Amino acid sequence: MPQILMPALSPTMEEGKLAKWVVKVGDTVKSGDVLAEIETDKATMEVEAVDEGTVTEILVAEGTEGVKVNTPIAMVLAEGESAGSAAAPVAETAPEPSEAPVVAAEKGADAVEAAAVPAAPKFEPQADPDLPEGVEMVEMTVRQALNEAMAEEMRLDKDVFIMGEEVAEYQGAYKITQNLLQEFGKDRVIDTPITEHGFAGLAVGAAFAGLKPIVEFMTWNFAMQAIDQIINSAAKQLYMSGGQVKAPMVFRGPNGVASRVGAQHSQDYSAWYSHVPGLTVIAPYSAADAKGLLKAAIRSPNPVVFLENEILYGSTGLVPKVDDFVLPIGKARIARKGADVTIVSFSMGMRYATQATEKLVAAGVDVELIDLRTLRPMDSDTVIESVKKTGRMVTVEEGWPQSGIGAELSARVMEAAFDYLDAPVIRVTGKDVPMPYAANLEKLALPNVDEVIAAVNAVTYRS
Amino acid sequence: MARKATATKAKTQPNIPQFTQEQDLEAFREMLLIRRFEEKAGQMYGMGLIGGFCHLYIGQEAVVTGITMASEKGKDAQITGYRDHGHMLVMGLDPKGVMAELTGRQGGLSKGKGGSMHMFSNEHRFYGGNGIVGAQASLGTGLAFASKYKGDGAVSIAYFGDGAANQGQVYESFNMAKLWKLPVVYIIENNKYAMGTSIERAAATTDFSMRGASFDIPGEQVDGMDVRMVYDAAQRAIEYARSGNGPYILEMLTYRYRGHSMSDPAKYRTKDEVTKYRQERDPIEQVRARLIEGGSVSEEDLKKIETDIRAIVTEAADFATNDPEPAPAELWTDITIEA
Repeated sequence: MPQILMPALSPTMEEGKLAKWVVKVGDTVKSGDVLAEIETDKATMEVEAVDEGTVTEILVAEGTEGVKVNTPIAMVLAEGESAGSAAAPVAETAPEPSEAPVVAAEKGADAVEAAAVPAAPKFEPQADPDLPEGVEMVEMTVRQALNEAMAEEMRLDKDVFIMGEEVAEYQGAYKITQNLLQEFGKDRVIDTPITEHGFAGLAVGAAFAGLKPIVEFMTWNFAMQAIDQIINSAAKQLYMSGGQVKAPMVFRGPNGVASRVGAQHSQDYSAWYSHVPGLTVIAPYSAADAKGLLKAAIRSPNPVVFLENEILYGSTGLVPKVDDFVLPIGKARIARKGADVTIVSFSMGMRYATQATEKLVAAGVDVELIDLRTLRPMDSDTVIESVKKTGRMVTVEEGWPQSGIGAELSARVMEAAFDYLDAPVIRVTGKDVPMPYAANLEKLALPNVDEVIAAVNAVTYRS
Repeated sequence: MARKATATKAKTQPNIPQFTQEQDLEAFREMLLIRRFEEKAGQMYGMGLIGGFCHLYIGQEAVVTGITMASEKGKDAQITGYRDHGHMLVMGLDPKGVMAELTGRQGGLSKGKGGSMHMFSNEHRFYGGNGIVGAQASLGTGLAFASKYKGDGAVSIAYFGDGAANQGQVYESFNMAKLWKLPVVYIIENNKYAMGTSIERAAATTDFSMRGASFDIPGEQVDGMDVRMVYDAAQRAIEYARSGNGPYILEMLTYRYRGHSMSDPAKYRTKDEVTKYRQERDPIEQVRARLIEGGSVSEEDLKKIETDIRAIVTEAADFATNDPEPAPAELWTDITIEA
């Protein structure tokens, strides 16, 4: 490459001033030698020689302003190279920059861009598995369901291990890991120091190397220390590596509002993580979903954020007693079929929604209640089908309203079922405040059953 | 040989370890490949063929070369920050794939979706290519955790700079690595400047080899411009980690000739400082002089190596220039794996 071109020195530089020539015609230069200084509005930089050779021509005089990037500024010929061999590339490369914009202008820049974006692939969730006729249903707490899910998966796959604060000797801060240490030993049930950023990153590295870590955060509030590793390392890795390096792992722990623990320990991260491509986000409500979805999460080849809820740990539900109860990720559950109004919720929100539904049904409102279960990928089809039937939607969540799950659902319904809506969607959410400590204020900050009923009354014009 | 684990600074070998001519030739080849590749990358950046950020490894070649020579290729894992081109070349990744990733083409190592800072290879056990300063310390500790869990005898080599050495997660990682005796070697590439901030302006203590002292992790300060010293220290550190003793820290005293990234005018240091390093300490020139001095390698022999390397780099550049951009459909691939 005998031509020396005006270099670009930043992603945005288009032209600059050729401030000074450090070499003159006839000088011999070698790789790394400074040839010239150029100035942009931001800085003065040096142009270095890449190859050895002799400066045979200076094409742009010192002091010239507005030299466009890629303009030939000098000729440096290597030993045995002739100026003639240099001429050809000039003619070939020179027209390129000017040609491209013309083409774009002819077609219309907008049209070119619009055509260039291919359609996003559609995620098709599977249906829940059919249970055998007369299957025994076992009553258990969400806590037991989560514990069983991990124990079963750890029995099946020795690459699965769990790490986190107090998961081993202490048997889990919330006893979700009870007896795992006894069964699987300290190499697979690992107490960590209080070091969320570090152990989350360590687990992601272990996943890159082929293990399947379960990372327990004592609560998701503490995972804020680790969110960089969850998003920048785990979620983006597959894409950044062109599909080569996987992060098959589960980040789990209690999320959402606890009781009387104040602003730093009471927060719902559902919307935060559901924002991120590359992550799977699951937030179950029932014991059966907790078990079936945690098993699916552990088996998933993708990084999964599994959002549990402390208040729900002790609540009981019926879990089918089958050998391997795994539920599909990305599939909402219709908790109650109805025709008048659609209520969509997940996790703890389902408690308010369920209680409201009972009262509303008693009052003659035929509610369709949907539990999203998975927040990403979000099963909008189930929601939209429902809204096309009912024409009304109320969303319920503990998180803040702005950019929340309800906001997302509203947008999707507006986009896909606008003509079916008979009333604006109403979001029932946590209030737009940090969680207060005082009992009365905390109660006010949370969504409640009456708010859900009031919202349903409003969208059905019953108030 | 392995030294006793001690919190105090291990003494760097007093006698300069000798390289065989074969080792010198290998080091010369590897370092020259990095140098020429990076110069070409700089040139292509100037031509607008490479976008965004581009951090060149010029000046620091001896570090990754000496360490990789002391490691088991294909078995030991390596991970680094954003100044990663040299690591991949030495680990045996195809220069064409690296350069095509820089230009964002479909034949790039990450199909053009990663860029300069994000390239990986499961096959060669290279885990990036990480853009977040310090993240690779935790990730690299996790690679070591996996080795210990699986009992595969591999060592994880985690590189980070003097800048990253001030990040909190580095110390979280040190703690866990020592606590669990993980086979990890931390390489602190001290090139004296975290972007534009000198170590004196950023670090309360500038002897980074001692940064593991409170975790009882042995550390050594190594002349990172002399590939023999790097190799020698790396052998010691890797053996120590592989034998189940836990982590080891090597602080490599090195220097980058170019700016932090392409758009860095490097006003925070004097021209004399850079010139002094280039003229007196250059890692490649040291080996060249040794080879010539040895007598059995001629200028012509080295010229031949240079020509070969230039051809490899030219081929990489041509490929990276002519390879098409990724198909638009690639926008939506590799986000998640369909189970």
